[in-house]
Amino acid sequence: MTALAEAGRFPARSQNVARALRAVLPALSLILVLLGIAWLNPRAISYLGFNLMLNLAIPIALATLAQMFVITVNELDLSIGPFVSFVGCVTATMLRDSPLLGVGVLLVCIAIYAGLGALIHLRRLPSIVVTLGMSFVWQGAAILLLPKPGGRPPDWLLALMGWKPPLVPFPIIAAIVIAAVAYFGLMRTSYGAVLRGAGGNEQAIGRAGWSLLKIKVVMFGLAGVFGVLSGLALIGTTTSGDANIGNGYTLLSIAGVILGGGEFVGGRVSPIGAVIGALTLALAASPLLTFMHIPPDWQVGANGAILIVVLAARVLISRREARR
Amino acid sequence: MKLALRLLATPWIWSFVGALLVFLATIIFTGGVGAGGIVTAALSLAIFSVIVGVGQMFVITLGPGNVDLSLPANIGLASAVAMKTMDGNDALVAVGLAAALGTGMAIGIANYALIRVLRIPPIIATLSSSFIILSIDISYGRGLQIKPPPGFANFTNVQILGIPLLALIVVLFTVLAGIALQRMVYGRSVLAVGQNMRAAWLAGIRVERVRFFTYVLSGALGAIDGALLAGYFRGASVDIGNEYLLTSIAVVVIGGTSVAGGKANVPGIWGASLFLVLLLTMLNTFGVSPGLRLVLTGLIIVGVITAAGGQKALR
Repeated sequence: MTALAEAGRFPARSQNVARALRAVLPALSLILVLLGIAWLNPRAISYLGFNLMLNLAIPIALATLAQMFVITVNELDLSIGPFVSFVGCVTATMLRDSPLLGVGVLLVCIAIYAGLGALIHLRRLPSIVVTLGMSFVWQGAAILLLPKPGGRPPDWLLALMGWKPPLVPFPIIAAIVIAAVAYFGLMRTSYGAVLRGAGGNEQAIGRAGWSLLKIKVVMFGLAGVFGVLSGLALIGTTTSGDANIGNGYTLLSIAGVILGGGEFVGGRVSPIGAVIGALTLALAASPLLTFMHIPPDWQVGANGAILIVVLAARVLISRREARR
Repeated sequence: MKLALRLLATPWIWSFVGALLVFLATIIFTGGVGAGGIVTAALSLAIFSVIVGVGQMFVITLGPGNVDLSLPANIGLASAVAMKTMDGNDALVAVGLAAALGTGMAIGIANYALIRVLRIPPIIATLSSSFIILSIDISYGRGLQIKPPPGFANFTNVQILGIPLLALIVVLFTVLAGIALQRMVYGRSVLAVGQNMRAAWLAGIRVERVRFFTYVLSGALGAIDGALLAGYFRGASVDIGNEYLLTSIAVVVIGGTSVAGGKANVPGIWGASLFLVLLLTMLNTFGVSPGLRLVLTGLIIVGVITAAGGQKALR
C-alpha cells in the first residue's frame, strides 16, 4: 500500500530509483555474502576456492534463468526441479551409451515444454497446476530411467565442466557468458521487449498484432532449453546421476529470480540479477555455512535465516533510497 | 435438466466427477471386491489434505503470489510438539492439541511478520521460514518416534458404519469454512482483497488485518493436521508433512479455486482430495511400479485440468 502511495507522489523519480535499485540490489546481496565468506575464511577467496564454491552454482543459475523466462509471462514452473533431475538421468545414461538417442530425447523434452506453453495459453489453464502435474511426470520418468543413483555423463561434458582456464575460474566465466546471452536476448532485442511486454500487458501486445500463442511457446521452449542445459551442467559437475538430484531446484530457482530483482507479475525480470541471485543462493547454501561451523541440525535453518537477512537488507536499503 | 446444467457450470464438480471415475475404474478392476474398504480408507486419508487445503485455499485466495509453503514443516513440528506434550498420556490430549495449535499460530504470525515487516514476497518468506521450522523440528524431535496416547490414536481411527468419525468432523468443519468464506465478513473480505487489494482497501476493508488472520489460520490448520496425522499414523516424524507441500496446492486448484485469487470454493477441496487419494489407490490396485505411478498421476492431473478447462477470460 505505501509503495503505491509513494509511486503516486513522485511518479517519474521513484520509478527511476526503483529501476536502478532493481539492478544494483542483487549485486549488493552477493557482495554481502562474499564479504561474509572472506571474513570467515580469507583463503576461500582464491582461484581454487571459487572453483570449489561455485561449481554447483552454474546449474542453479541455468535453472533460475529457465524459471525466469516462465515468470516473465506471469506463469510459474513448479516442475523445473524434477525436469532437471530427469535431464540428468538422460545425460548419465543414454547420452553416453547412445548419443543420438540421448540428444533426441532431450529435444523431445524441449518440445514438450514448448507444447505445455501452447496448452496453457490455448486452454487458459493455471500454469501452477499443469507444471505441478508435470513435476510428477518428470520425477516418475527419472525413477523409471535410473532407479538407483549411478551412471556417467559423456566425456566431452566432463571435460567441459572440469575445464580450468588461466586466471579466472570457469564457473565465473560461465556465469558471465550465461548472464550476457540472456541479457542481450531478452533485454536488448526488439522481440525480447515484446516477450516482456506480454507479461506487462498481454492484451496490448495481442492487439498490436503479436501472436500470444507464439510468445508462450517461445518462453516455455526457452525454459526447456535452459532446463536441459542445467541438467547437463549438473551431471557434468557431479559426474553421476540420481533421480532426485535436481528436485530442490524448483524452489531455489524461484528464490533466485526474486532475489535477482524479478517480480511474479508484470514481466519485470532481470537476467543478470537472476544469475547473481542464483550465485548468492549457491554461496549462502553451503560454503558460508561450512565456514560458520553451523551444526548439522541447524544448517537448513541457517539457510532460511540467510535468505531472510539478505532480502531484509535489500528492503532496508530500498526504503532509505525511496525516502531520500 | 436446469439443475444438471447449473451443476456442470460449477467449478468444483469436475473434481468429484474425476474422483468417481477413478473409483469406478478401481471397482471394475477388483470386480467389486473391497469397495467399502476403499471408501473408508479414502475418507480417512483425504481429510488430512482437506484440512491443510482449506488453510491453503484462504491464503491463495488473498491474491497473486500468496501461498503458504511452510505447511509441511509446520505439520512436522506440530506433530512432534503435540506428541511430546501428550507424552503418551490420555489426560494430556487437550493440552497437546493446544500446544500444537499455539505452535502453528506462532508460525503463522512469524510468516506474516516476514511478509509485512520485511516486505518479503510470501512464496520466499514462507519458504525461508519453513527451513527454520525444519531445523527447529530436527533439533527438538531428535529423530525420536514419539507415540501418541492410546485414546487419541483410537479416536483418529474410530469408524461409524464404515465412515471414519474424523471424516464426519471434517465435513462439519468444511461446512463452517464454506459459510465463513461466502457468508461472513472475514471470508468476503478475503475474496475482496484477492480480487483487488487496492479497491478492497479503499472500500474500508482492513486489508492487513485480513491477511494476518489468514496466515495465522493457515498455520493453525497445518498444526491441527500435524497432530491428527501423528495420531493416525501412530507417531510424529520430521517428514510426516512432506507430501502436503504439493498436495495442499493441488487440492485447492484442482478443486476450482482460482490461483489468481479472489475466487474460491470449499466443496472442491473435498472432491480434489478424494480424487488424489482414490487415484493413488487405483494405481496401487493396478500394481504399477512407483515410477510409472508418478508418471500416470501427473498425466491424469494434467488431463483432468485440461478437460475441465481453465478460468474464463476476465474481460
